[in-house]
Amino acid sequence: MEFFRYKSALNFMGKSKIAIAFSITLVLLSYAILAVKGFNYGIDFAGGTIVQVKYDKEAPIDKIRERLQGNKLFDNASITEFGSPNEIVIRMKTTTGSVTQDIGDVTREALKGTGNFEIRRVDIVGPKVGSELREKGIMSMLLAIAGILIYVAFRFEWRFAVASIVALIHDVSIASGFVALFGIDVNLDVLAALLTLLGYSLNDTIIVFDRIREGIVTSKKTTSLQEIINESITRTLSRTTLTSLTTFFVIFTLFMFGGEIIHPFAFTMLIGIVIGTYSSIFVASPILLWFGFDVKKYHEKLAEKAKREAEKNRMREQFESGVM
Amino acid sequence: MKLNYRIVIFALALVFGIVFSVPSLLQTEGGKKITLGLDLQGGLHMLLGVKTDEAIKSRIKSVAASIKHYAERNDILIDNLTFDDESVSFEVLDSDEVKSFDEFLKKIDGAQISQEGSVIHITFSPKEIKKIKQLAIDQAIETIRNRLDQFGLSEPLVAKQGKDKILVELAGIKTPQEEQRARELISRAAKLELMAVDEERNARVYNMSPADAAEYGDVILADAKNPKIKYLVHEIPILDGSMLTGANVGFDQNNRPVIDFKLNAEGADIFGDFTGKNVGKRLAIVLDGKVFSAPNINERIGGGAGQISGNYTVLEAKDLAIALRSGALLAPIYLMEKRSVGPSLGADSIKASMVALFGGFALVIIFMVVYYRMAGVIANIALIANLFLLLAVMSLFGATLTLPGMAGIVLTVGMAVDANVIISERIRELIYEGKSMHKAIEEGYANAMSAILDANITTLIAAVVLYVYGTGAIKGFAITMSIGILASMLTAILGTHGIYDMLEDKIRKSKDYKFWFGIKG
Repeated sequence: MEFFRYKSALNFMGKSKIAIAFSITLVLLSYAILAVKGFNYGIDFAGGTIVQVKYDKEAPIDKIRERLQGNKLFDNASITEFGSPNEIVIRMKTTTGSVTQDIGDVTREALKGTGNFEIRRVDIVGPKVGSELREKGIMSMLLAIAGILIYVAFRFEWRFAVASIVALIHDVSIASGFVALFGIDVNLDVLAALLTLLGYSLNDTIIVFDRIREGIVTSKKTTSLQEIINESITRTLSRTTLTSLTTFFVIFTLFMFGGEIIHPFAFTMLIGIVIGTYSSIFVASPILLWFGFDVKKYHEKLAEKAKREAEKNRMREQFESGVM
Repeated sequence: MKLNYRIVIFALALVFGIVFSVPSLLQTEGGKKITLGLDLQGGLHMLLGVKTDEAIKSRIKSVAASIKHYAERNDILIDNLTFDDESVSFEVLDSDEVKSFDEFLKKIDGAQISQEGSVIHITFSPKEIKKIKQLAIDQAIETIRNRLDQFGLSEPLVAKQGKDKILVELAGIKTPQEEQRARELISRAAKLELMAVDEERNARVYNMSPADAAEYGDVILADAKNPKIKYLVHEIPILDGSMLTGANVGFDQNNRPVIDFKLNAEGADIFGDFTGKNVGKRLAIVLDGKVFSAPNINERIGGGAGQISGNYTVLEAKDLAIALRSGALLAPIYLMEKRSVGPSLGADSIKASMVALFGGFALVIIFMVVYYRMAGVIANIALIANLFLLLAVMSLFGATLTLPGMAGIVLTVGMAVDANVIISERIRELIYEGKSMHKAIEEGYANAMSAILDANITTLIAAVVLYVYGTGAIKGFAITMSIGILASMLTAILGTHGIYDMLEDKIRKSKDYKFWFGIKG
């Protein structure tokens, strides 16, 4: 079976203007959503309390609401269905610092008589921990980007590094926009998904860049960068689609069957895979083109390097054979 | 069939993977196993803070107590012994005695002593305060660990996190009652104080405010069984739990559980001195600010043994004895973060992620065979080996598998075939260029290598950052991702290459591109 069979290079760069316009629109829209709606921070970052309750029948939400009303500990509590009609979560912004008095026990007491239920999860994150986790989260994002930037600059060239970072920021921005748009609870797992996305989307970009690098080395001096890029993207198109598909498959099964708790993670990854695949073709490569990477100069540099290497070898040989 | 070093290494890795993942997969008795995270097996995770200011206060209080005892023992008359949150001050009535008192005070660690006339004022140096705070944290960790070790759960984890936080993880808690017991045991101050009842004024205790009591250097404490009963006691205790050497559950004459405690030599001395001088008065046994009993002192009590009676069950008495034995918390602790997962939710999470893992796995395997035929089969063998290897390494390290970790494994399945996709695509390309299958395989691997390496290393960078900056369950995700990537380099690159090498003779003879790589050629 085969999806694409390489015949001739497809003109991806010819459409790069449309792609970039599309990307800029998406990114700006994402920022607008983030500015207007903002992240729906979960308790990991905002602090707060979550109590997850499962009933053996449909959860009597109205009754529960009634029971919790008037109790100071449940001020401004939101009660929502969680995954199935039998299960609910109670969310509060407040936390208690007491080790012995437990909100789970309080809830159990308050809900007595509303049916057969079980308290399955109690999460409390104090405000101090929340802000610490937020700082750590931002730090980890920046560090990961910096680490990747350094590695790519070292392995390729600085223009490649900058282009891939722009693509990464593009991906993370749009994925964040979707997360905000759908009101996904932003907890540590969503941050993990975004960080994984960095790695994943970069994977795709690097596979294409690796081909471009190879193309530059093996091409004739007269070939333009645009042609090389088109050729490289076309040649890696099968791989890009295939890997994206297999990864999409598994994350999709995770999204469908992985349970409610893993939903935010799977959702973020799903969006990210689609965006990441798109960006490696339509965002990273055009930027490389616009930076004006000069194939001719690169060849000269390579030739220079090869010459020096050859000179060194010649000297060594002479030395070893005792001529000098 | 041809043996080659690649296939040998791959076979060894596969055997290693199977052997060491068996204990985890089949849950055998012996052998190192993967531990399930609290989110999968259910349990209690808490991050606790320590109110270190309270440790300073209690240190001040104990200095005051020792000053009082020293003065009484040496018949030095002092007056106006008072203390607040940071300092103690008192007046020595006979100025000739100031000097000998000074000697005694100098022995107190980190004390800064100032004198105005006959009034002596004691505070702690900033360095000492820092030390006391640090000690309070370290001591809290030690104490909580001691208590939990005796609680009866398997492998409780108590560790310092950051500079001033305590991480407590308890797996295998089954019922809310058990969780409640654990939380109470952890947070119980277990501060035992023996205090003198102020017999002169105790009759008026119900008409006194705390401020009134403070004027006489007293405090009002409630009875443990019946909070309506109050006692007026001297604020500075006779002695406290730091002089305790043992605490055990015993039974009184009515066969009710009590706690027998023993004092060390210094404590026994003080106790003996006090009871000898105060026959006929009452002694309040105070635990965590509540009076458990206030027996009359009938005679001097030597030997330093005592009893705390209360209205508790055997289980409560046992927990209390554990708490007393492992010592008091120098400072109270408070909850900063708590995550508790019931066992049924953990089981549901395992089920759900297993379905996702096998579902995703099956999809990928079928897809690879349909798309690449034999090359797909070979990639799948590597994928399976990769899973075993991942489980084996995690078992050997005793790594913790969390729900995000499960997601990490699922993701690894999706990404591990990437290397084989890249290689297979390269091989197909070379075949189209007219190379022989054998030649195409060799060059395909060579061409694909740099891309695979770069791609894997960048993903590893992200995973390592996640590990360093992540907490709890997220660390689990980073671990499975990293091990999965590393294992895939061995299986997907070296392993599959070995299989091709082994089949070299067959490949050389064959012209069936469809069978080997799923293309017409």
